[in-house]
Amino acid sequence: MKPVLVKGSEAIALGALEAGCRCYFGYPITPQNEIPELMARELPKRGGVFLQAESELAAVNMLLGAVSTGVRAMTSSSSPGISLMAETFSYLAALELPAVIVNVSRGGPGLGGIEASQGDYFQATRGAGHGDYHFLVLSPASIQEAYELTAKAFELSEKYRQPALILTDALLGQMKEPLIPRRLRVREYPKDWALDGARGRPARVLKSLFLGPGELRARNELLKKKYRAMRREARAEVLYAEGAELAVCAFGSLSRIVKEAVEMARKKGYPVAFVRPVTLFPFPEKPFRELALRGVRFLVVELNCGQMVEDVRLSVCGRTEVESLALPPSDLPAPEDIYRRIRRCLRRR
Amino acid sequence: MKFEVILAGFGGQGILFAGNLLAQAGMEAGLRVTFLPVYGPEMRGGTCNCTVVLSDREIASPVVTRPKALVIMNLPSFEKFVPRLKPRGLAVVNENLVPRERAAGFPGRRFLFLPADDLAEEEGAPGLANMAALGALVAATRVVPPEKVLSGLESLLPEHRRHLLEANRRVFKRGYEFALRNSATASER
Repeated sequence: MKPVLVKGSEAIALGALEAGCRCYFGYPITPQNEIPELMARELPKRGGVFLQAESELAAVNMLLGAVSTGVRAMTSSSSPGISLMAETFSYLAALELPAVIVNVSRGGPGLGGIEASQGDYFQATRGAGHGDYHFLVLSPASIQEAYELTAKAFELSEKYRQPALILTDALLGQMKEPLIPRRLRVREYPKDWALDGARGRPARVLKSLFLGPGELRARNELLKKKYRAMRREARAEVLYAEGAELAVCAFGSLSRIVKEAVEMARKKGYPVAFVRPVTLFPFPEKPFRELALRGVRFLVVELNCGQMVEDVRLSVCGRTEVESLALPPSDLPAPEDIYRRIRRCLRRR
Repeated sequence: MKFEVILAGFGGQGILFAGNLLAQAGMEAGLRVTFLPVYGPEMRGGTCNCTVVLSDREIASPVVTRPKALVIMNLPSFEKFVPRLKPRGLAVVNENLVPRERAAGFPGRRFLFLPADDLAEEEGAPGLANMAALGALVAATRVVPPEKVLSGLESLLPEHRRHLLEANRRVFKRGYEFALRNSATASER
């Protein structure tokens, strides 16, 4: 199959279409407008619905309405727009609805800027809205992976009846790479909960208000059990673990720059491994635990003030040292900058 | 083989288009490619740049701080990017907007000055200086076959710019031929 040269945002939209996404609701914001642009062009051709809402609040509530009928649907936005959606995120999680949300994040807090940032890691992995819930969070590092993980997000969100979020940023959203738009197998799951008309069957109810004795607790226990079951979906890319003394960890587009730095260090003979979480929730604890048990130290590189480093520390549970290289926006680091830090980390021993 | 180039100039000079086209040509030539544009306020004037990496192996970082080559279309871009050029690296420079004397301060770098705006104007397409510079880069580095750039134009030119296809090709060829006739000169000092 011939590759096409597309932006990350376009790859996300193509992945959604490949997964059978029928409805898109959104409100424009930089740097993700290529997603609605492509959806506006393609969805009507396929008998789907593209709707530019009057605000992010409207868009996400339209999404809630659409997915409660069992149809595959999505929204996308960037950091400040995602914050606006947070209340409905909580309802999506409470109602266990398989919605797909894309955050092509930018620098914050507040209006921040439009450059690449990973400042929304906590917001993505801890839920953003109120109450005890999580999204399933996937973070691609290449254009091909953006396509495939978006399709996967639709599948997993139905498998677990669970909102799924793609967390990426302006760097991957705006860059172009060859994409092989191959056919993907996206599994379907029975939707015996969908509100698709009760003619000939008993009525169904989707609700998030539980006032009866013990009801809310049972509800939360159910969600907790589901989040635990989701752990089997945890994924990470691990390279050069053999004989490593230091593992450098990064996610998303920044991991590309970090990988380059790791390769520079390995060329010079430094024993460095590379770990990239692909799922941010569930966090792939296993490779971290295994490396920690072998005495490997960690350097966690992020485009924020240090967020994922907390999950790494929880995963290794005090068994090894975890250093943070926290790089808040707005400048992207050079591979050489990270390479120098790797060298310093290793020389200290 | 791994080749990194930063293309830079004013917004509106076709910097992103030229970079995108080089990446498209690289892909069609069977290489791994990344194309990283700057975006945002630059779209409305001001400086603009993009980074293209071409390689026969997987490309990790699309971000490059010390490139092997530059395409420089105006003076602010010259001042910003030439200090970052790798030793023995090549800068293709639009001499209509950058005085040749500027190269003196950068020993060990190679410079190919070409009158990109003049070449485009002579072809009756004053907006296509970007293609002259790209032609020169492709001729001087042989990083992709020129036919791939010409065929890449077909897939990249949007419908409403279709009428400019031949003009783009002509200006590209002018830049290409200019570079074949004038080899890059290393800075003396």
